[in-house]
Amino acid sequence: MRRLNVAALATGLAVCAAAPALADFDEVDELVINGEIEMTTRAEAPEHLNGVLPEIISGWRFRTDETQQLQMDDFDNPAMLAVDQATEVWNTALGSEGQSCASCHDDPAVSMEGVRAVYPKWDEEREQVQTLEMQINECVTERLGAEAWEYDGDRMIDMTALISTASRGMPVDVAIDGPAQSTWEQGREIYYTRYGQLELACANCHEDNWGNYIRADHLSQGQTNGFPVYRLRNARLNSTHQRFYGCIRDTRAETFPVGSPEFVALELYVASRGNGLSVEAPSVRN
Amino acid sequence: MAENVTPRVRVPSTAEAGETVTIKTLISHQMESGQRRDSSGNVIPRSIINRFVATFNGETVIDVTLEPAISTNPYFEFQAKVPESGDFVFTWYDDDGSVYEETASVSVG
Repeated sequence: MRRLNVAALATGLAVCAAAPALADFDEVDELVINGEIEMTTRAEAPEHLNGVLPEIISGWRFRTDETQQLQMDDFDNPAMLAVDQATEVWNTALGSEGQSCASCHDDPAVSMEGVRAVYPKWDEEREQVQTLEMQINECVTERLGAEAWEYDGDRMIDMTALISTASRGMPVDVAIDGPAQSTWEQGREIYYTRYGQLELACANCHEDNWGNYIRADHLSQGQTNGFPVYRLRNARLNSTHQRFYGCIRDTRAETFPVGSPEFVALELYVASRGNGLSVEAPSVRN
Repeated sequence: MAENVTPRVRVPSTAEAGETVTIKTLISHQMESGQRRDSSGNVIPRSIINRFVATFNGETVIDVTLEPAISTNPYFEFQAKVPESGDFVFTWYDDDGSVYEETASVSVG
């Protein structure tokens, strides 16, 4: 269906600034999961991206038909295996209090509805922006009386996948004003800062060149509405921060650590660029 | 020893007599090839699903030998003709000697 347009690519490289006009993505297929959940994979860009992106597009539209199909049926989606495992953990008592996630939150499909769509989110009590992972660890350590989970360990990522399934199809809607604004601005600063020996900012690929190819990789807009995502290249679930880490590492930079305040800020900012797209997590990408 | 091994199958619950149905199976398994080394340089021993068999009312539908290059969580999708009501039995054989079995019934009529 899609093929590499050599002429367009050559022009794209010559005049990078004009790249979005040449953007190449799947404009035909629609994402419906299990024949039920209809996903918004193209939406009007949020106000703060006026003049920056003509519209916002899910990474799903930048993948091949085969990869797209893996996400359209939960049986085919390998990420659902992780969701099954997280469901077991959800119902298992952990730590000194003899309680499980289910003791407070009962059925995740009900209690966690809409949660993934609004994270990262300002936490009044802690006076900071918290990611889903930080919120989970707050529960694990304070309510369950267990040791904190590794920020990007399997258990943690699997749990974020389970919680995300309860929000599938709902629009991403993170708050960027009020108390979260300074964190959001810090994230925007990072997004536009060039890192590493290659001197690349997030924006150089995902804003200036989305739709083009960087060698064999088809650049998307770098939206996070599908995270955590099952990547075919490593056959496991990957978190947002792992992806940030990989991108910055590939610029040949010293990266921020997973779970660092810098990545939390960046996660909030990048999530806000996808305000309006459906939560797809856990999605499938290459 | 393989951990968290869970087989899953999808088979239609009803079919017409003689109809060809599509069957999907998936088993979560790390499929360790035996070629990799851990951080201290020791070979991680091979641990894979080495055989997968599907039968319908005792008759073999498919019998597969799996090799170490097959990636994690092996997935099979295939078609089978259903002449009458009965049971599909799916069996996976693990290197560690474990055998995982799953049954699905189809009613014709």
